[in-house]
Amino acid sequence: MSFEFKTTCEYQKYFTPSHDLVRKSARQFVKKEILPYIEEWEEACEFPKEMYKKAADIGLLGIGYPEEYGGTPADIFYRLAVSEELMRSGSGGFCAGLGSHNIAIPPILSMGTDEQKKRFVAPVLDGEKIAALGITEPGGGSDVANIQTMAVRDGDHYVVNGCKTFITSGCRADQLTCAVRTGAEGAHGISMLVIEADTPGYSVSEKLKKTGWWASDTAEIYFDDCRVPVENLLGEENQGFYGIMANFQYERLMLAVMANMTARLAMEEAMRYSKERKAFGKPLAGFQVTRHKLVDMATLVEVSTEFTYRVAAKIGAGEDQIKEVSMAKNFACMASDRVTYDAVQIFGGYGYMRGYLVERLARDNRILSIGGGATEIMKEIISKLM
Amino acid sequence: MKILVTAKRVTDPDMKIKVRSDGAGIETSSMSFKVNPFDEIAIEEALRIKEDKGGEVIVVGIGSDKAQTEIRYGLSMGADRGIHITAGSDPDSDAVARILVKIVEAESPDMVLLGKQAIDVDDNQVAQLLAEYLGWGQACFASKVSINDNTARVEREVDGGIEVVDMDLPGVISADLRLNEPRYPALPAIMKARKKEIKKMTPADLGVDTTSKVVITQLAEPPQRKGGRIVEDVAELVKALKEEALVI
Repeated sequence: MSFEFKTTCEYQKYFTPSHDLVRKSARQFVKKEILPYIEEWEEACEFPKEMYKKAADIGLLGIGYPEEYGGTPADIFYRLAVSEELMRSGSGGFCAGLGSHNIAIPPILSMGTDEQKKRFVAPVLDGEKIAALGITEPGGGSDVANIQTMAVRDGDHYVVNGCKTFITSGCRADQLTCAVRTGAEGAHGISMLVIEADTPGYSVSEKLKKTGWWASDTAEIYFDDCRVPVENLLGEENQGFYGIMANFQYERLMLAVMANMTARLAMEEAMRYSKERKAFGKPLAGFQVTRHKLVDMATLVEVSTEFTYRVAAKIGAGEDQIKEVSMAKNFACMASDRVTYDAVQIFGGYGYMRGYLVERLARDNRILSIGGGATEIMKEIISKLM
Repeated sequence: MKILVTAKRVTDPDMKIKVRSDGAGIETSSMSFKVNPFDEIAIEEALRIKEDKGGEVIVVGIGSDKAQTEIRYGLSMGADRGIHITAGSDPDSDAVARILVKIVEAESPDMVLLGKQAIDVDDNQVAQLLAEYLGWGQACFASKVSINDNTARVEREVDGGIEVVDMDLPGVISADLRLNEPRYPALPAIMKARKKEIKKMTPADLGVDTTSKVVITQLAEPPQRKGGRIVEDVAELVKALKEEALVI
């Protein structure tokens, strides 16, 4: 065996030319199929359902998922590249809605049987069905061990009663990967069921009106003696808690990516605008105060992105990154809070007007430090792992 | 039907280019690149013919190691295999045509389909030179291609209209802008394209001397546009056109 003693280090590159090709395809998709309409969809608080099919047809939904269920196996940076490019639509709501399967199907893949994966994963990656994840209830979100929706076994069915809220894609979802209580109180009484929207007793609220993420349909979902076949149980009864928790790692990584892109877009807009907008006879960029603000924005974006990539690389290599991904999410959200705020500041009055991208970015940004586990929850997790 | 297509690596037309300080080229360090849009149209057309008639599509790229990216792009769109002629810098049109002659001799395709020109230097010569060297028919600036056994009916965009040409195959066709709208590669196809074969050769392997007959000595930015001015009336306009613009 040869042993080459190197005296210089190499740095890790996360994206290969092959990743770049995927990125380019995603970018073209966004440019052609999304950007011309996104303003309209945002105002309508909905994007056309056919977009799921369109995105599936060029493989955007299935990237990183197993081939036997219609996916395209790929390392984590392909998914990152696709997420980043979708965010170039400038609409976090569109990304969250189109990508709701990314939180809804991993529990099916990790806990489900082959039969369940064929039924509940393949049609979703194919763009035929919409999948959503149902964990949060009106009474609690991150406190998963305390969920109240009950599923009582009755013959070969579970009878489900309760309510889920803030469900992304909730209005249009065909299936809900849903956390229910099947056993005693606490974490060890929780199971995961896939509940189909056409099950009698399943009903959906009106679209919830939100501060941001307008293009995504968010709903409350009610179960009233909703009879769910036992074959829709994922894994073993009362063993759902771990699956939910494992799923959070990926969701938090993706929220960090969204926050980084939100900040990056805001920064790019501010850079462009500060060169063209004049005040007191010179462009805004001619003032030191603006330049320094832009420098701070760019620094935050770069630092946060690099750390997120690093965490992603370790997750991709199979390392446990619960603590780090929580840090990445918090840092990215702190960066995007600051950067979107400053971008609006640079735009002045226009930054407060609808139709300006920075206005939407600032609105869409607010959810990122709440959804998928709030900043404070992240800190609790980190503090326990330090 | 076996079709040879080209994929030249060019600077992204959406980016602003800057002339290098020595004036002999453009600054490429911060540029992004893509496949020549006219070649992309040619590849798309070849794929449509293949989908209709069956056969094989081979993508040829000439250039540095990085030019492989554009060949892979063609493979991602659906082409079957690639040929990469490695060359330090872009050979001129005549050298490209002579390289393609050698590849045609080795592969004996039924058709060579290529972009009418590359959007970087806009030479618009390779298709014509290639047809001449091969002694094949040529149909350049195609806006519609239909294949019927051993002939191709090509609608060509010419000044003032469309010229329809029937050409015996094998032949050379160059693609114009309106021939089709190229697909963008689906992600699964990109992943599969990583495994498709790209054969590497040098111009020397083919016995082609790529010494340039054309040398770029000087590139310059176009003169900056001066701001417009609104004139009061027609008389003032005519006067300005006569005395300042010197156009009438």
